[in-house]
Amino acid sequence: MAEIWQGFIKAIELIVSLDPEVMEIAGRSLGISITSCLLGSLVCIPLASLIHFHNFPGKRVLINVIQTFFSLPTICVGLFVFVLFSQAGPLGGTNLLFTPTVMVLGQMILITPILLGLTISALSGVDKAILDTAISLGASGFQVAVVVLREARYAVLAAIIMGFGRAISEVGLALMVGGNIRGFTRVLTTAISLETSKGELELSLALGIILIFLALIINTALNRIQQR
Amino acid sequence: MTTVIVVVSLIGGMAGCGTSTRLRVATTTSLYDTGLWGYLEPMFEEQYNVELDIMYAGTGKALEYGRRGDVDVIVIHSKAHEEKFVAEGYGVMRVPFAYNYFLIVGPAADPAGIKGMSPEDAFKKLMEIGGGSFVSRGDDSGTHSKEKAIWEEAGFDYETVRKAGKWYIESGSGMGPTLMMASEKQAYTLTDMGTFLAYKSKLDLVPIVDKGDILLNVYSVIAINPEKHPKTNIDMANNLISFLTSPEIQEFIGNYGVEEYGMQLFIPCAGAEPE
Repeated sequence: MAEIWQGFIKAIELIVSLDPEVMEIAGRSLGISITSCLLGSLVCIPLASLIHFHNFPGKRVLINVIQTFFSLPTICVGLFVFVLFSQAGPLGGTNLLFTPTVMVLGQMILITPILLGLTISALSGVDKAILDTAISLGASGFQVAVVVLREARYAVLAAIIMGFGRAISEVGLALMVGGNIRGFTRVLTTAISLETSKGELELSLALGIILIFLALIINTALNRIQQR
Repeated sequence: MTTVIVVVSLIGGMAGCGTSTRLRVATTTSLYDTGLWGYLEPMFEEQYNVELDIMYAGTGKALEYGRRGDVDVIVIHSKAHEEKFVAEGYGVMRVPFAYNYFLIVGPAADPAGIKGMSPEDAFKKLMEIGGGSFVSRGDDSGTHSKEKAIWEEAGFDYETVRKAGKWYIESGSGMGPTLMMASEKQAYTLTDMGTFLAYKSKLDLVPIVDKGDILLNVYSVIAINPEKHPKTNIDMANNLISFLTSPEIQEFIGNYGVEEYGMQLFIPCAGAEPE
């Protein structure tokens, strides 16, 4: 128990003293996860609407598959992206392995099923009457989608929050494709993993507390948007 | 709006990072855990105006990174692996630059009674009594390869050792975590001297067996062959090799940790195989 308490004190010390290395790592964690979450949302929300508003054979199966991929282990996505971007792999020529850019790409892949699946669920939850009213008022397909999305915005935001949570908390992918390079691809989770392996348990706990603290700030901000 | 600006500048920043010269090194965990790279990195970066990207990887993983051309240079400690790597054309040349010794550590009570034995005899005894627990790295690292070599010298097939019983534990993690596990379980383990000294204050373990020719532990640096992987940065890789074998850095390596641990962690051996 004493160790957890020490970790908590250490976290406060690191935050108050604005420890440059910790700030840099925390900033990178935030930057990478916010970027992947935003880019992922830009792709997934329209795509989810497209799936939701169209009926096609295999739609149920597709949604089932998307939901199954909620369980995708981060290390498997990491392995997939690693093999893809390794010099010996098909995208090796891009020279992106072990860079923050490939971490963003990997996290996008990782959270795509969540963003898609939960957005589809959000849209499905909208009252059918709203859809019918919009259509009867002569709205185009795109306008209908916008109306329904607006109506479902709380649940869609919840999907984004969930996606962000998965992105910032994962470690397998970041370690695998980022390489945990100090000052370049080291993020909070990979730093925690390294410090734990070095036996620096207090520091690891402190970094974990900082991660939760950052998530709290982001979620508070998003909740404020939600309440508007 | 602010978020958009932050994100855009972040992506810009990341792209900017990609263009400066970087040298990618995959290094054995033991050199990292002792903190040596923490000192060498800024020195090298300043001298050659380059970003040194250090990847913490066991020998097996480092070799795989090298084979795929994902790093420019590897720093490892497993002679047989290294010679094979060079013979297969993946590495240019094996350049030893420092060495120390492995040792078997364990609980002070020495439940298996192997203190002072030769490493081979100690392993034989562990196998005979099947009592004292032993934590193996089990991760194809340089230390793990050495452990396998000792088992073979002691006359056992490694696969039978793995199945020998509950006393034989494979941790599947780096040297530091393996030492911590051995300490928690009050088990024996094979470790390099550097990592053991660096972790000693956190461990409830003492040296049990530290004499025997087989315990020699040589660290080498190998540049990835540009003929196999033309995109690797061979010039900067050669700079790192010159750096590590330079008299100044050799002296630094030799003195590293002496003050803190009261003992030499690494013995420099620029370019030559130690006797």
